[in-house]
Amino acid sequence: MCDILIETRDLKKYFNTSRGLLHAVDGVNLTINKGNTLGVVGESGCGKSTLGRLVLRLLEPTEGKIYYDGQCISNYSRSKMDKMRTKMQIIFQDPNASLNPRMTISEIIAEPIKVCKTIRDSRERDKKVSELMDTVGLAKRFINSYPHEMDGGRRQRIGVARALALDPEFIVCDEPVSALDVSIQAQILNLLMDLQDERRLSYMFVTHDLSVVKHISDEIMVMYLGQCVERTSSDELFLNPIHPYTQALLAAIPVPDLITARNSKRINIRGEVTSPIDPKPGCRFSARCPYATEECTGEDIMLKEVSPGHWVACTRCK
Amino acid sequence: MAMTNDRNSTSSDIKRRGQLGIIWRQYRKNTLAMVGLIVFLLLVCVAVFSPVFLDYQNDIILMNNKIRLQAPSAEHILGTDQYGRDILFRIIWGSRVSLVVGLFTVGVALLVGGIIGAISGYYGSVIDNFLMRIMDVFLAMPATIMAVAIVGALGPGLINLLIAMSIARIPQFARVVRSSVISICGQEFVEAARACGTKDFRIIMRHILPNCVGPIVVQCTLHMATTILGVAGLSFIGLGIQAPVPEWGSMLSEARDFMQTNFNMMLYPGIAIVIAVLSLNLIGDGLRDALDPRLKK
Amino acid sequence: MEDAILNINDLYVEYVTDDARIFAVNGLDLVLFKGETLGLVGETGAGKTTTALSVMQLLPERTGVIKKGSIKLDGVEITKATENKMRGIRGDNVSMVFQDPMTSLNPTITVGEQIAEVLVLHKKYSTKAEIDNRVDEIMKMVRLQPERKNEYPHQLSGGMKQRIVIAIALACEPKLLLADEPTTALDVTIQAQVLELMRELKEKINTSMILITHDLGIVAQACDKVAIMYAGEIIEGGTVEDIFLAKNHHPYTVGLFNSIPNLTSKASRLQPIAGLMPDPTDLPSGCNFSTRCPNCMEICKEKKPPKFIRNGHMIRCHLFNKSFAGEEDHSCVIY
Repeated sequence: MCDILIETRDLKKYFNTSRGLLHAVDGVNLTINKGNTLGVVGESGCGKSTLGRLVLRLLEPTEGKIYYDGQCISNYSRSKMDKMRTKMQIIFQDPNASLNPRMTISEIIAEPIKVCKTIRDSRERDKKVSELMDTVGLAKRFINSYPHEMDGGRRQRIGVARALALDPEFIVCDEPVSALDVSIQAQILNLLMDLQDERRLSYMFVTHDLSVVKHISDEIMVMYLGQCVERTSSDELFLNPIHPYTQALLAAIPVPDLITARNSKRINIRGEVTSPIDPKPGCRFSARCPYATEECTGEDIMLKEVSPGHWVACTRCK
Repeated sequence: MAMTNDRNSTSSDIKRRGQLGIIWRQYRKNTLAMVGLIVFLLLVCVAVFSPVFLDYQNDIILMNNKIRLQAPSAEHILGTDQYGRDILFRIIWGSRVSLVVGLFTVGVALLVGGIIGAISGYYGSVIDNFLMRIMDVFLAMPATIMAVAIVGALGPGLINLLIAMSIARIPQFARVVRSSVISICGQEFVEAARACGTKDFRIIMRHILPNCVGPIVVQCTLHMATTILGVAGLSFIGLGIQAPVPEWGSMLSEARDFMQTNFNMMLYPGIAIVIAVLSLNLIGDGLRDALDPRLKK
Repeated sequence: MEDAILNINDLYVEYVTDDARIFAVNGLDLVLFKGETLGLVGETGAGKTTTALSVMQLLPERTGVIKKGSIKLDGVEITKATENKMRGIRGDNVSMVFQDPMTSLNPTITVGEQIAEVLVLHKKYSTKAEIDNRVDEIMKMVRLQPERKNEYPHQLSGGMKQRIVIAIALACEPKLLLADEPTTALDVTIQAQVLELMRELKEKINTSMILITHDLGIVAQACDKVAIMYAGEIIEGGTVEDIFLAKNHHPYTVGLFNSIPNLTSKASRLQPIAGLMPDPTDLPSGCNFSTRCPNCMEICKEKKPPKFIRNGHMIRCHLFNKSFAGEEDHSCVIY
């Protein structure tokens, strides 16, 4: 009985720009098991948001295959894909832009149900909306409010409620807490984790914040310029980061602990992210890597399993 | 399983004010815009209720040579024209004509232009290019000359006038709707709608267009203004509304011959045009300012 | 207090709109000396940016009002200063770095010209050659190649833009730098670079700095003193050791620390602070935090807690009535 819900093989997305071919996502292989969370971490321009949308086919892949519960969905027609959408949903980053300012809360949450016709009776639908608001902790009195009347934390809860409306099995969370205050972040993260336990949901949790992803993920994938540079279980990544970029990323996080802050070895990587347009072969991090050698700029580096379940793409790992 | 936050919240009644309320309050602060609105509403009232007080046959088109070319008096407040018709009554009736033509023209242009703009903005690439290039062809022609050409070809008359005026405005509405649609399309809530498998038609009608209302309404008011001016212009050269139906432009035209002796014949229709156009412009500007979130202070 | 660079006393700031009056800052006291870095911590709506804008006298013209209180910059009272006088002070004695580098720079002027602008405004140099030299010097200081001074903002990355903004802010070597969440919009690796840069420059020029942030990690790394704001007041203040290592804390501070996902802890569930910050148009009577405080007592709902100070560490909470009582030292490090 296969436990894998989502799988991608050599997934690529290239954009044609006036300056050349932009390699947004460049050959990503990943698997997400049922009931698990894959954290996708990286900084701006690494392709993590694009990856999230590719898996849902909100963007069409340039190359590569996507499998949902064993079936290849990358060549499904539009109507077949629309039927799949009840199972795969997305929560967006910006609580302001992700809600239609002209619709009330109940209309926003009911919209997916209306579109997919999962519940046809309007009273049943209202009941479902009410239940969903309850699940995410929104008081009933907001049912006819508009998004602009509410604060960021509540708006994000509406986004969660909308994602749950079709009872999906898989949700892509695209930086769902980045725009929120710290105490509200904690509330939303707890909500997402509770929902996962109750409903056996699978998540792809995309974020740039490593401290957030540690709590919610079972496995973490670190991305840099469209490629996966390291992938392993959540605990292992923090205990034993191997790729120089992962190490630098972890070292760069300001820790709210005075002793660590004063004594930690700061690995400041130099320079800026290189361009994702027509990248040269070899490791894309080599321009900024403190350990770069000639070998790094020769051929593309493949992911190697350096210990069970721990994959790294680095010439230092033999 | 529920978070307890809202239950414990002690904040008082949420102020239920929809977006329209906010826009109205912003608009109200602009004195000029309010003046424009009040004047225009008065104009509309006058136009709508004039048949109650005026009879078309007797008051508007009945000619009476005995009282021709009179100066303003108690009986004929703005005087009479060269056929003895009361100028004030004709101006009032003329407002009906202008408003009806304005409304229909803008309505048709909005409908056709809106559809073209929405399709163009939503689908982009080849369709967008194709449609916009057609619009460019129409935009390249001066509106008045095009209207003259169309009316000249089809012959004068109300329907042909409406066609001519609408065609000139369709490309401009198409452009405004297109740019609104493009900017809304990039927002995440449209992506969210796609993520549930919403069909394109529903996305455009339910999600995108309701959020484009602002700029479109501004365009409507401004185009009403230019239409009224345009109709007056065409009527002035004899291609618009035909006699004896009163229309401000044709009244101006007729007054040319009597400019030196009875200046009132030219002055008052002119003032009517200015009032109508100016009030619409003030409304349009006021709306544009009220809708701009950055100007809110 | 005479040699303080910044001395804010009992500051009350309101925003007046049609709907209501928003009580943004309610009784703020703050003192900063030469060379110190103060971290001003709080969540959205706490009043941190309003405080900074008040110091710069850049509150929105029609709605922002300083109701009460004094702000002395290097001994000069600025709440009553004329706009002309303020123009001379801004950029020269006090500068500000804003949060979003994307919108802080004028897209139609080269970055070199924007740095030069502040030098020219404050008449620091007389000849063009001197100004050019100084611009080159400043660009090297923020670790950018001087040749890039003829580029436009859109040609630079986010991190580089923020460095230009810092360069402009420090060009005239101001006595006080206000940095409003300067690294929030940047990637974490670039953030590390920019913070390091700010620290170096601050030491070189011996500028005092107020670093506004919601990130306690940045505070630990970059600040000497900390003031934690909630609903327009400072509810806890002290040295950075006090905030991170002391035993006693305001319940809000405790809540803040608990809601942060900790990289080292094994806890599976986070402990958020229940509820939301109170509506700034309708603050509760008594302590502002009473509606969310797990340790709320009767007195908290009725009376505003006074400041309890021990060894320079201040906590505004009724809980410390007894434990801090009878202390001789009534001065707090932050005012």
